[in-house]
This record gives sequence, C-alpha cells and structure tokens, in this order.
Amino acid sequence: MTQWERVCELDALVPDRGAAALVAGHQVALFRLSDSGEVHAVDHLDPFSQANVMARGLVGSRKGVPTVASPMHKQSFDLRTGQCLDDPEVSLQVWPTRVADGWVEVQVIARSRAA
Amino acid sequence: MMTQKKKLAVVGAGMVAHRLVEAMVERGADEAWDIEVFGDETRPPYDRVALTSFFSDRDPEDLLLGDGDLWKRPGVRLYRGSIVSRIDREAKQIHARNTTFDYDRLVLATGSYATVPPVEGSDLPGCFVYRTVDDVAELRAWVLDREATLGRKVKGAVVGGGLLGLEAAGALTALGADTTVVEFADWLMPLQVDQAGGGALRRIIEQLGVSVRTSTATSKLRAGRDGKVTRMQFADGDKIPADVVVFATGVRPRDELAREAGLELGERGGVLADEACLTSDESIFAIGEVAHIAGRVWGLVGPGYSMAEVVADRLLGGDATFEGADLSTKLKLLGVDVASFGDAFAATNGSLEVVYADPTAGVYKKLVMSDDAQTLLGGMLVGDASAYTNLRPMVGRALGSDPTAWLLPEGMEPPSGSSLPDDANVCSCNNVTAGTIRGAVTDHQCTDIAAVKQCTKAGTSCGSCVSLVKKLMENQMAEEGLEVSTALCEHFSVTRAQLFDIVRVSEISTFSELIDKHGTGRGCDICRPVVASILASLGKGHVLEGENATLQDTNDHVMANLQKDGTYSVVPRIPGGEVTPAGLIAIGQVASDFGLYTKITGGQRIDLFGARIEQLPEIWKRLVDAGFESGHAYGKSLRTVKSCVGQSWCRYGVQDSTTLAIDLELRYRGLRSPHKLKLAVSGCARECAEARGKDVGIIATDKGWNLYVGGNGGFTPRHAQLFAEDLTTEELVQAIDRFLMYYIRTADRLQRTAPWLESIEGGIDAVRAVVFEDSLGIAADLDAAMAAHVDTYEDEWAATLADEKKLLRFASFVNAPETPDPDLVYVEERGQRRPADDEERAVLIAGATIPVRDQDEVTV
Repeated sequence: MTQWERVCELDALVPDRGAAALVAGHQVALFRLSDSGEVHAVDHLDPFSQANVMARGLVGSRKGVPTVASPMHKQSFDLRTGQCLDDPEVSLQVWPTRVADGWVEVQVIARSRAA
Repeated sequence: MMTQKKKLAVVGAGMVAHRLVEAMVERGADEAWDIEVFGDETRPPYDRVALTSFFSDRDPEDLLLGDGDLWKRPGVRLYRGSIVSRIDREAKQIHARNTTFDYDRLVLATGSYATVPPVEGSDLPGCFVYRTVDDVAELRAWVLDREATLGRKVKGAVVGGGLLGLEAAGALTALGADTTVVEFADWLMPLQVDQAGGGALRRIIEQLGVSVRTSTATSKLRAGRDGKVTRMQFADGDKIPADVVVFATGVRPRDELAREAGLELGERGGVLADEACLTSDESIFAIGEVAHIAGRVWGLVGPGYSMAEVVADRLLGGDATFEGADLSTKLKLLGVDVASFGDAFAATNGSLEVVYADPTAGVYKKLVMSDDAQTLLGGMLVGDASAYTNLRPMVGRALGSDPTAWLLPEGMEPPSGSSLPDDANVCSCNNVTAGTIRGAVTDHQCTDIAAVKQCTKAGTSCGSCVSLVKKLMENQMAEEGLEVSTALCEHFSVTRAQLFDIVRVSEISTFSELIDKHGTGRGCDICRPVVASILASLGKGHVLEGENATLQDTNDHVMANLQKDGTYSVVPRIPGGEVTPAGLIAIGQVASDFGLYTKITGGQRIDLFGARIEQLPEIWKRLVDAGFESGHAYGKSLRTVKSCVGQSWCRYGVQDSTTLAIDLELRYRGLRSPHKLKLAVSGCARECAEARGKDVGIIATDKGWNLYVGGNGGFTPRHAQLFAEDLTTEELVQAIDRFLMYYIRTADRLQRTAPWLESIEGGIDAVRAVVFEDSLGIAADLDAAMAAHVDTYEDEWAATLADEKKLLRFASFVNAPETPDPDLVYVEERGQRRPADDEERAVLIAGATIPVRDQDEVTV
C-alpha cells in the first residue's frame, strides 16, 4: 500500500537550499530546485561520514545532472537517483515526493538497504 | 569455511613501515594478511624528513603520513608506544606489551638511533639528539625555559656539520639561540659536497648568524652549578659557552633485536639481507635504515621505500628485487639550497668537472661529466639548487647542450619536460619515471596535478619534483591536444581572478545573473562559494541575504563550523586574544548550560564544540548579549590576529603588540578572501606570537614595525618573508590594506598567500612595488576598497538574530524545528563530552547510558 506523509508547505523550502525532515522516523533531506521547481528527497544520512547532514549540502549540477554535495567531504550525489557521482558503490535512498495543495508530501517506503 | 588469514608483524612504525602497510593495502594484501605494526613512539608514522618544520608549525598532526584511515582498516593494527623486547624465531613469536604475538612473516623496520660520541658530559641535562618529534619538542622546551631562566639569549652548540647538524642549527637559530656548528672534518657536509662547496656553504651560513668551527673535535662538556650543561671544550684547549648542545653526528642501525635473535648482521652493523630484503631467517625481512643490503646500509627514505615495495610484492608471491637506489639529496637548510646527486665527487675515471662559483652571491655549482664531456655523471649545487629537479633525471645521459648553460644564473632555459626520456627517473622518493607521468595523462586521463600525484605517487614524499611533474603533465596534455585548463570548474571557464574582475566592473550582484551571462548549468560546491566570497569582498550584500544564502557552504550558511558528527563549533571573536574575566565567565556559562566541549585554540580563542544546528541562535543570542560577536571561524576570511603581551607587561617588549593586534583584528574582521587569513603581532624579536607563521606577521623593532608576509601553518607550513622594515603604524596599516586587497582580487580559489606570492609574475618584489610604489596605479583603488569594507562591517550574528526569516534556517527538521538529531551519541572523556566512535556507539545504542554534564538532554 502506498502511503504518503505530508511534511511541510512548499513555500517552507528555500529554492536550491536543502531542508531536513522526519518522515515516519526516518531522516530525509528535501531539495526544491529553482529552475525546474521539482522537489527531491534523499537520505539525510551521509554514507561517507555517517552524520545526518545531507540537507545542508550545496545544490548544483554536474554535466546537466542536478546534484547535492555532502557538506562533510564534498562527494556529489545525483538528486534524481541518489547515485554518488564520485563513488559508484555508494548511493542514497531516494524518497518519492509530490506536491499537493501547496504541501510537500513524501512517500513512506521501507528502506531498501541496511541502515 | 573461513580461510585463516596469515599474520604479518612489522617491528617499527616509521616512514618505511608506513609505506609497507600502504603498499600492502593498495595491492589488496590485507585480504590475505592480518598486519600488526609495533612502534615505540606514541604517534602514528610521521614525516621525519620534515621534522624541522615542526619548529615553525608545532602541530605534529601536520607531519603525519598519508591517510590516517590506513590504521583503522580491518586487519591492520598499529600498536603505539609498544616496545618489542624479543623475537622468538623458534616459536615465531614476538614479545611486546607483556604479551606475545604470533607471526607467519616478520618485517624488521626499526630504523636507526642517533649516535652520541663518547664525549665526557654528553649525558648532562641540556644535551639532545635530533631524531624524533619528542626530541624536537624537548629541545624547544629546553631552549625557551633556559632563555627565561637566564634572562638572555641562549648559547647553542651543534656537534656535527652534516645534513642533520645544519637542520638542527637552523632550528636553534629559529628559536632565538646564538648557535655554533662544530664539525670534525675540514668542511661542512663532507659527505655531500667538496671542499669548495663546503666553503661556499660556510659563508652563507655564517651570514645567517650561525658560527661555524671546522677541523674541530669536541672533548668535554661541563655543567654549571645547577648541574646543567654550560660549556663546551675542544681538543685544542679552546672552549665556548653552551646552554644547549645537539648531537647530530650520525646514526647507527637499531639491530639489537636481530642480534639477540641470532640473525646475521653486516660487518659494521645492520641486519644482513639479500636483494629480496630477506634476512638469514627466511620468515624475516629487513627494510629501511636497519637493513644492510648490497654491502651497505641505506640512510635515506627513498631506498627504504623501494625496499618496502619489494617486501609487499614478495609477500604476495612476487619476485621483486631491491636493486640499490638513487642517493641524491636536495635540502633546504636555513633557507639555503644544497643538492648533491650522482657521482658528485668525480670518482669516475677520467671524469671532468665543470664548476661555477660566485662567492659574493654565495653560489657554488659543479657538474661532473664523462671524459668526452657528453654524459652527465653527477653534480653538486650550493646556494642555488633550482637546476636540480631538471638535472637529476639526466644523470647517465647526454645533456644535449653546453653544460655551463645549466650553471649560469641567467643560463639557458633547461630542456623542457618534453625532452626527458621516458625512463628518466623524475621522483626518486617513489621511483616514478617521466614515462609513467606521461602515461597518467594518456592512459588514465589525469588532467590536473592532484590526479597525477594520486595516480603515480610522484611528488607525494619530499615534493621537490612537483614542478617538473607538472611541466611533464602539461607538455603531454598539449601533445594530446588537451587544453591545460585554468577554469574554475565545469560551470565557469574563467579563473577566480577573472571572475572577480567581471563582478567588479559589471553591475552583476547575483549568482543567477552571473552564471546566466558568464557560465553554464546550476553551479556546484566549487563555484557557488567562490562567487559568494567575491560578492562579499565587493560589499554586494549580506552573505545570507536572498539568493546569496544558497551559495554558502554550510559553515557560512549557519555561521558555525561543521564538525564530524554534524554538530557545529561556536567561536566568539576575542580580538588579539585579550578577554576580560567577565567575558570568560560568560563564555564558560554558555558552554556549561549547553554542555559544549571547550578548548582553547592556537589562535588564542575559545572553541565551543557540539552545538546542534537548532541551538545556534540561542547560544549566539547569549554571547551577543554578553558583548561578543562572530569570530568568523567558519569563513574563508580573517580568523585571528594572535599577539604576545608586548610592552604592557613583558619585560622585553619594545612596542604595544596587543593594542596593534586588537586594532588590526577589528579592522579586517569579516573580510572575505580566497583562503582563511591569519595575522600575528609580536612585541619584540623574541617572536612569542609566532608572527612569521602567518599570512601577515608583524614584529616590533625599537624603530617601528617589521612586516612579514606569506607565512602559514597547515599542511605545507611556510615561513613568512620580510616585506618591509621599520614602518610607522600608519604606514604598516596601509601596506597591509593593499597587500590583502591585492591578494583577494588576484588569487585563485583556496590559494594561500605563500603560493599566491610565488604565482605572481615577479614574485614578492612585484607585490612590494604594487604596495609601496603603486607600480600598477591601483593603490588608491585598493585603499578605497578596504575603507569600504571597514566602514560597512556589521556583525553577521547580531544581524541574523534580528531577522526572523533568517532564523528559520536553523530548524533541525522542517516539520519538527526543535527536535534534536536523535542519532547523536556522546561519551565522556576528561570531564567533557565527545562524539562516540563506532564501537562505543554500538554499545550505547544497545542500551547503556553514559552520563554527561548536560542534565537536560537525553544523549542516547
């Protein structure tokens, strides 16, 4: 069964700047992109440093791919797939998002990899 | 079924042992081997070759080799402070730490001892050797303590005028001691240079204020009434006062473990080993300075590294051999270049010597050529060793031009990197050839120096070949039709300096407009903070105003420094390090109320660690109310202006260094720059503020202020160079204004002042001309830019606290703004808390609770 959790109003997200959120007990990093208007959600936990900091990374692009760079040691991740662009073996869990009535909603999913 | 891993024990944890473990891990050998390393020092392996830099930048961390994670890998263990007392070859066990460890293979990498000659009194307090970080730290403490007790300059003597002795003399001089070097031979560095070279070296060193005595034997050291060394006597009856004595008379292999275990030794010591580095016991290898291979012990790190690679290969079933090694040396002693390579003493039959000597300039250079004057056999360079990196790989080859062209000061341009043959050895520390570096470009797509270093290891040890490696890389890139890029990143094709000019002369004041007109894409973690810094330097809005906020790295964004567990440090500004008791109490109360770990920094401030993002505004409100402001410890900006107490309290101070430091810190606070900036002011030549280790250092004279620029600590420590002498305070401030503003405008991203000075055409002299003679006609512009900065400064934290909207960014979670990160776990250490490591975390999450002083918070 697909379950969506309402997180915050879209306006609460500063374009091109991340925000952390608690979704069903998980720490999730939300990003609202300024040009496309898309909202992406990935793990807040940085797999390299094991600190909950991904939402504080800088949004950018690499060869056209929208990215966030870990603020700890600067590895970049594809915001759409969670794939780390500096290490093919590492990726972030991606959380499906949608905007409904001006609210950002995140789909609650079972995590696909061990925490 | 699990296959049992074999056990490798390494005795010794120096540079060579480190290289062995690194080489094993790189080749995946830690899959098959459990590696246990036993070192008697309390530190992980560090760069002993760079020991002297420890005097200017006394953080032993900066000397540590390679990636510290090496020692955290599963299957790799480092036992520090662990003396191996015995090897039991029968049982294949070593005894250490009151217990025994089994091994399948053992590697002896115990290195050498510094030797002390049998001179009466050589064990008196005040006598030192120069070998370990602890030796250097104790020597330093002794000199400073004696200086304070005696109330005068300390008299220092160094026994031994070789490499190490001159290093030690430089270190003593830097500590303010009057130093004499005593050498038994007829000239300095007798193993590296000939008599003429030694003479040139002596003149240069004497000009630096070090006394030199050659052909002199030390016979006795005498103590004063306090039992500490006070006088040195010579065989000829002469004597000199000496409050500190450093023995640098050579090293002896630490082979006693091997001797007791019955291994065969070389005739003059050292563990006898074959070309596979295997000793007389086929389970035991010997590498580095303890190994006696091919008829000798090898006293340099380069051959030791080669041996480490051989053993790593052998342990994996390979058949590598140690074929001897290049014994070239290049040194920078007391700021004097000395290099010696190949057949420097012209021992080859019929060899010819080409010599250039200029005693007035303090230069002596010699090339040794084959009898037909075609092939370079070796050489020595004193006073100017700039030709060394290009000459050394040419040993055994035709120089291809008149040899004298290499020696003349304004000589012909030496052959460019492209003319070096592929098999020429460019990096002798790591045995990397020119062909390997070209291959890094052609086969591994390396297009910057960092990638080439990572791929080939060239230039990662002593670093003297980096300029040649870069030239080789760029030539190869040009050959491949690749553009040698100066682009900031994939989004901007210009350099930082060009981008600065674009922003300065255009009306552009936002990132989106800038990238729209002059770049591509969305930007990244490289260009966004650079643009933020440029906009801030040019006074185009608060760093967190509007779109600027999206450009800032998290440190600048929340105005605090991100720490390893995702919390932040808080650093209030304490100008010049001067703080009132009430201020100290206020900081202490905040730290106590929020349970912050408290530490005093090298920059004379108080760091408060462990603040969670949602706590930052509350913490800062308390600090701002107590009269503190942002210390900008998070920014690429002015950090601190360190000072001594100067004439207000010190009995030696000749100027008021504290007042000047405070004034300068308030003047430049908040100034955004390509890299962090540090300043210091010392009230006299004793230099207690260590001003010469800073980007801008000021030292008081009885006539005014001496200004030094381009120093820094960190990974590549540098001493600042004298920029101007005896300035009035007004002249001084104007000079610093212009220097800093010129740097901010023209430096590359993350380029410190020292490499910036080198990169400017004409170097420090050109910058001096800009600052004092207005050679570019921009002085008024630079002055105005700094004046604008000073006039418009406002405290970022006070401004943020007054703005409800800006405070929203400190929410921990957008849907639970004040909920702490539930994953933070702390343990107590020495009465304060620190983040738990992985093992502790596992235990704590499983249920136990360790109390911390913060009563209100649940930390588990």
